[in-house]
Amino acid sequence: MNWPAITLSARLAFTVCALLLVLGLPLAYWVTFSRWRWKFLVEAVVALPLVLPPTVLGFYVLVAIGPRSPFGRWYASWSGHGLPFTFEGLVLASLLYSLPFAVQPMAAAFALVDPSLIHASQILGASRWRTFLRVILPLASGGVVTGGVLSFAHTLGEFGVVLMVGGNIPGVTQTISIAVYDQVQDLDFTAAHHTALLLLAFSFVTLSITYALNRRIWAVWPLHQ
Amino acid sequence: MAPAPVTPARSAGLDARIRKRFAGGFALEAAFHADPGFTILFGPSGSGKTTLLECIAGLATPDAGRVAIGPRVLFDSDRKISVPVPARSIGYLFQGLALFPHLTVEANVTYGLAGKPAEVRRARLKEILESFRVAHLGARKPGAISGGERQRVALARSLVTDPLLLLLDEPLSALDAIVKSKIIDDLRAWNTSRNIPIIYVTHSPEEAYALGERIIVLESGAILAQGSPQQVLEAPRHETVAQLAGFENIFDATVTAVREEQGTMRCRLGSSALELEVPLLRTEAGWATRVAIRAGDILVATARPEGISARNTFPGRLVSLERRGVTVIATVDSGVSFEVHLTPSAVEALGLGPGQQIWLVIKTYSCHLVTPAQKMTGLVDAR
Repeated sequence: MNWPAITLSARLAFTVCALLLVLGLPLAYWVTFSRWRWKFLVEAVVALPLVLPPTVLGFYVLVAIGPRSPFGRWYASWSGHGLPFTFEGLVLASLLYSLPFAVQPMAAAFALVDPSLIHASQILGASRWRTFLRVILPLASGGVVTGGVLSFAHTLGEFGVVLMVGGNIPGVTQTISIAVYDQVQDLDFTAAHHTALLLLAFSFVTLSITYALNRRIWAVWPLHQ
Repeated sequence: MAPAPVTPARSAGLDARIRKRFAGGFALEAAFHADPGFTILFGPSGSGKTTLLECIAGLATPDAGRVAIGPRVLFDSDRKISVPVPARSIGYLFQGLALFPHLTVEANVTYGLAGKPAEVRRARLKEILESFRVAHLGARKPGAISGGERQRVALARSLVTDPLLLLLDEPLSALDAIVKSKIIDDLRAWNTSRNIPIIYVTHSPEEAYALGERIIVLESGAILAQGSPQQVLEAPRHETVAQLAGFENIFDATVTAVREEQGTMRCRLGSSALELEVPLLRTEAGWATRVAIRAGDILVATARPEGISARNTFPGRLVSLERRGVTVIATVDSGVSFEVHLTPSAVEALGLGPGQQIWLVIKTYSCHLVTPAQKMTGLVDAR
């Protein structure tokens, strides 16, 4: 078993999942409740990674963080090294790639919260922040968990973006899915079987848990009284 | 005029003047004053009742107007004042109650007391739960209590913060009369010490009669009538009021003769030959109006009544009898179709049956002239 690749993938997935919970919640809140007229453009950008080929997204990310872009030059002068073919570069690319998987379930769950509950909270003197913490978040917890789990699982299984941005450096940017590709290229089918099966089993288990959790939430409280 | 210092802030009345237009063409334009105590806001669905409440509470923003509770201005478009919803000190009971499903009754009720010291929260919680007789439900969640209990909890939650105004959006429409009147009694009892204005939205005339010191009738975004329930409902000058108030018989009518010295006039109903004597309203023969008559105000006789004060006695054919609860609804054809309400014992005593020739008796003052509502013309002609 290729343990460096497995731990690297796990580290990447945890980092991305944690960052997406921090970034995704406010973004999902904004997408749900904003009345800005151009909101649909932001929604389209957030959803782009769902339909874009990972190589295309990876290519643009690579160009954007490369030494020829202003951002890439700024980052290199700030940190002392470039982003391409580093773990940080992988994190950035994965954030973009998994963004819709975090934001969409969260936004969908926020939108399902009965607006009169939000109004009731305001009437009772609660600020937006308190309303979010005490009413919206608890009632949308299923969607938040789903968003977290999906972004974790999706990051764990990504291939194209990671390959474009990170290359295939064992121990640095070689994730588990790239390791499978490597093993097949080397005709090491036994190792590839083990790695692939591990990914399959993990993905199945996380998704099952997610769906089971969500089901229990519906069963406890019907949406409308 | 400065408010008298002895007057506690919460016995201040509500002043509202609101104008709001919607993209679809609907416009709300209403101005009213509500003293402490119950004020009924009465109107058909779609008349703008909920929008009016939302504008007062700040959940919707009027295009123009002013909302104030006593000296406290909540909204003033001229002075660019709009107090944010959480700072308005208004209690609002939503149509669906909007109890937080994930919180216990206790947590729901103390939700509005955040920031208060723990002992104050405990004392207020105990007091309000007892006032509304739900102290035993504290640990339960809204999904695990009955409909009436949910209403009581929602009321307790709205009032525990000691609001300056309470808005009730058809909160009790789903409850049976006995449960409803008990809750209203508790609300009245609570308000004897607070004396805040309570705006109660309903489309039920029974509720309006039972509750209101004052009633406001809204249709298509405009106030049609306001005053005491008796004034507004018993002498309905507007057709919408008549329909809402349970006038089962509403007819197109043409004034055929005016007897100014008697204070009456005669009206021909619809395209029939039937004429009724009605109270004088306008001294113009040929004027088209509408006449509204309560089904319970029409008497039935099996023979032509003699020596009777009522001015309108005319024959008709009993078309059908339908028993609904303790009321028998008779349909009588006298050129136009009348709905008449009788008691089962009266039907039995008179031996009434379909096809029978009978006489109808209507007092002049049971005939109410109403202003036709433009939108509902077709609906009423169906009678």
